Amino acid sequence: MTVLEFDRVTKIYSVRGAGQIKALDDVSFTLTSGQTIGLVGQSGSGKSTIAKILTQLETPTSGQVRLDGEPIPRRGAGLRAYRQKLRMVFQDPFASLNPYHSVRYHLERPLRLDAVVPKAALEDEVRRLLERVRLEPETVIDRRPHELSGGQRQRVAIARALASRPLLLVADEPVSMLDVSIRLGVLNLLADLRREEGLGVLYITHDLATARHFSDEIMVLNQGRVVESGPADDVILRPQDPYTRELRAASPDPEKHFASVSGQHGGVL
Amino acid sequence: MRDSLLTVRDFSVVYDVDPPVEAVKNVTLELHRGEILGLAGESGCGKTTLAYGVQRLLKAPAVITSGSVVFHDSSGEDIEVDRLDAEQMRQFRWDKISMVFQGAMNALNPVATIGSQLEDVFEVHRPTMSRAERREAVVELLEIVKVGRQRRRSFPHELSGGMRQRVMIAMALALRPQLMIMDEPTTALDVLVQREILQQISQLRHEFGFTVVFITHDLPLLLEISDRIAIMREGEIVELDTAERIWTSPRDDYTKTLLSSFPRLTGERGVVVR
Repeated sequence: MTVLEFDRVTKIYSVRGAGQIKALDDVSFTLTSGQTIGLVGQSGSGKSTIAKILTQLETPTSGQVRLDGEPIPRRGAGLRAYRQKLRMVFQDPFASLNPYHSVRYHLERPLRLDAVVPKAALEDEVRRLLERVRLEPETVIDRRPHELSGGQRQRVAIARALASRPLLLVADEPVSMLDVSIRLGVLNLLADLRREEGLGVLYITHDLATARHFSDEIMVLNQGRVVESGPADDVILRPQDPYTRELRAASPDPEKHFASVSGQHGGVL
Repeated sequence: MRDSLLTVRDFSVVYDVDPPVEAVKNVTLELHRGEILGLAGESGCGKTTLAYGVQRLLKAPAVITSGSVVFHDSSGEDIEVDRLDAEQMRQFRWDKISMVFQGAMNALNPVATIGSQLEDVFEVHRPTMSRAERREAVVELLEIVKVGRQRRRSFPHELSGGMRQRVMIAMALALRPQLMIMDEPTTALDVLVQREILQQISQLRHEFGFTVVFITHDLPLLLEISDRIAIMREGEIVELDTAERIWTSPRDDYTKTLLSSFPRLTGERGVVVR
């Protein structure tokens, strides 16, 4: 069982002309393997700062991040080993894959860099990774990103994240750039991986409906502070904090809409 | 029968590449005056091509291969859009039908002030207006969309995404058009800003009474704001009905698939199954 602790983390950015901006203010949470936490909040609430600190692209101003009790190493082999255990899936599968390289290259590279399998087993491992993300190795392995659909690309990005056999995944808006009819497929894949392999997933999004559907717990962030957290249904169906209520009221909800207009249509505009 | 604003008949657009792509196939559509028509579908289904096509905004390799578009002006005159010459077309656009473009956040000129870009609209379409009148009109527009007059000297990068979107709406509103086509106007915005913009569109509609075609892939959003919804797939409108009937009793399988692509926010956990 892997436990990631985000312990009273504060991050202050100094911005020329604007003074100091508190991007995160005393944020604490724990992510364990096999668990999905949904992190929601509007633009600028600090969601991505959390992802950057988790991946050590930024260091906290105060507070600490620990993996199984050990603080994250700041540099060197220790940091590399940590990053093997925690991987990111980015929002834009069109930008996060290199257009010059094949799918095979994208997946072999982390396998080689982290020496996950012996050289002779590379090909098999690449195929296995593709199967894990429900892609047919034969059809995609030698293709380049532009020959794939958005959903296929995001699956390749997920396979790449899985290559180093991480324990935790940070998925920052992983489906918001994809077509609506394939979004659930990608989210279901993440849910399957969590269930089958005990991955811990931090799902960062501003979509409350999918956050509710795919998370065990939801954490609501406003101006760098956690204003509410708890089991997904509690937070979404019975929000306590005014900001959470505001977010929920702003999210489209046909169910509630048609219940309230009962018979009339087009009531909102 | 309701008062009609736009009649589209048997409208087809082909992208003349190899092999040719039939982007819009024989679309027939009657737009009612004063309604909000939602146009839903996924990337590549032809919704933007259709919206551009009715205003003759398409460039090669797009070719309109069939169909007619008639605009029923509030003056009582019927304008056959496909019969307008270049100058008439230039006058027609933006004056009768305006558009809030997709990716509007990046549709503004980065090296010109907000005020001068709004003034351009009047300079081109209302040549008789004096400079002072144009200035006044711009100030009024910025106040209407609640961006504020002091922002007329700002450059686009100095505004937030929501503010830039409001400026785009101000621009679309400038000539008081009868129809506003909004192509994914809130897609890049977060839910709170999206809601503010929607409320603003609603107020403006009550005040100025224009008709809206709202294009998006966000079906839950359309279900809330539209009077009627057209579902598009592979260039065809597969279903067109009131928002409520799309929600409660969709007939087309693809409509059902789209509905079941969105997990429920409230109610039972899971997706909507029809």
